[in-house]
Amino acid sequence: MGTLKPKVSKEQLLYANILNAGMLVGLAGLLVTFVLYATGILKPFIPLEKIPQYWVLSVHEYLEESRISAGWAWFGNLEFGDMLNFLPIAFLSLLTIVCYLSILPELAKNKDRAYMVICILEVLVLLVAASGILGTGGH
Amino acid sequence: MQDNKISHKVLFLTLAICLIFVLAAPYLFASNTGNSSEAGIQSNWWFYPLILLVLSFLLGVFAVLAGVGGGVLYVPIVSGFLPFHLDFVRGAGLIVALAGALAAGPGLLKAGMANLRLAIPMALIASTCAIAGAMIGLALPTNLVQTLLGATILGIVILMLRAKKSVFPNVPKPDALSQTLKIMGVYHEPSLDKNIDWQIHRTPVGLGLFVIIGLMAGMFGLGAGWANVPVLNLVMGAPIKISVATSKFLLSITDTSAAWIYLNNGAVLPLMVVPSVVGIMLGSFIGVKILGFTKPSLIRILVIVVLAIAGGKAFLKGLGIG
Repeated sequence: MGTLKPKVSKEQLLYANILNAGMLVGLAGLLVTFVLYATGILKPFIPLEKIPQYWVLSVHEYLEESRISAGWAWFGNLEFGDMLNFLPIAFLSLLTIVCYLSILPELAKNKDRAYMVICILEVLVLLVAASGILGTGGH
Repeated sequence: MQDNKISHKVLFLTLAICLIFVLAAPYLFASNTGNSSEAGIQSNWWFYPLILLVLSFLLGVFAVLAGVGGGVLYVPIVSGFLPFHLDFVRGAGLIVALAGALAAGPGLLKAGMANLRLAIPMALIASTCAIAGAMIGLALPTNLVQTLLGATILGIVILMLRAKKSVFPNVPKPDALSQTLKIMGVYHEPSLDKNIDWQIHRTPVGLGLFVIIGLMAGMFGLGAGWANVPVLNLVMGAPIKISVATSKFLLSITDTSAAWIYLNNGAVLPLMVVPSVVGIMLGSFIGVKILGFTKPSLIRILVIVVLAIAGGKAFLKGLGIG
């Protein structure tokens, strides 16, 4: 009979389950929105044949020449195939925040104040990064 | 045994030829169409995304077999050999590393190999610094970032050549900070059919090193497994399996913060990101399947050679020589 495997903590298991579900939804979304975009089912904001002219430029030149707005501007243009692709990318990038928030009650129950503070700080750091207040628009 | 040797050589040669072919394809394509490379790609928008899909697939296989992260291969190779601007390659590289970490994270956490208590404090430092790194990287002139990227990749090559690891590091006494934060654990080691207790030391030094790791991850879009693992294992004394798994999970947090900066600055192109993510994930899946009957040392040599060439190319390109 083998050695009994050690159990992982409740908060670790919770984090893993939420991450797993979110990751599957996000990756499936990435594939679906890309198919809608690349097959032309949804019209792109920037025509596909123009993209190769832009990807050789710096991000600053790209934003200037394509007249595209950076930051969260894509959220207002979800009817375009390329902009819709940012939805699953943003979802995957927001997943960590959801995971951190989900383990806070468990940490509070265990009176694990140090980790509660660290988790709240991490959420704030990620929210600041996501908000775009640290600057948008390239060089 | 003879068959095994042949299959190692066949696999090695197949992967090497595929990689050379994929990297040479843009040049072959340009000369066959009689167009300049740029004119050729403008009429065929799908060509480079297709190359990215195949290349990322190969990099995914290599990454698993050589025990490195996908991001560290992706950025220097794609920026060195394909026409994409470094800004977009770094943005895509971060999303590639993030997707890989998100996919691997749940399994590693559930198995108790990645440790949340070990990851959370390191992640706070690394992700904060990754934001700063991403902002610096997008603000600096491209040639300077390219030169620094090349130098970093060459440094990673040296690190890989001299790589040391400690399966069960000796940690005589945990430090005060790790005791306060209760960073310790127990995991099941199947090769010994034994539960291994572990603890860490030198936590403040480790946290200090994660400042540098975060900055570099954000600046170059590389992911940071190549640096996370030695710090967790050799400096802080976590067992190698815990270090590797926690490092992989840690990338899901570090790269998230840097990815937002690239995303908000417009440096993420779905036409590059999606084929790269799909390719590298499929490649990792196949890599895990063939890991059991290959000789990773051969692949590791190939990866080191390719990285050295890509690093050298990036370095020279940054200096305006390549």
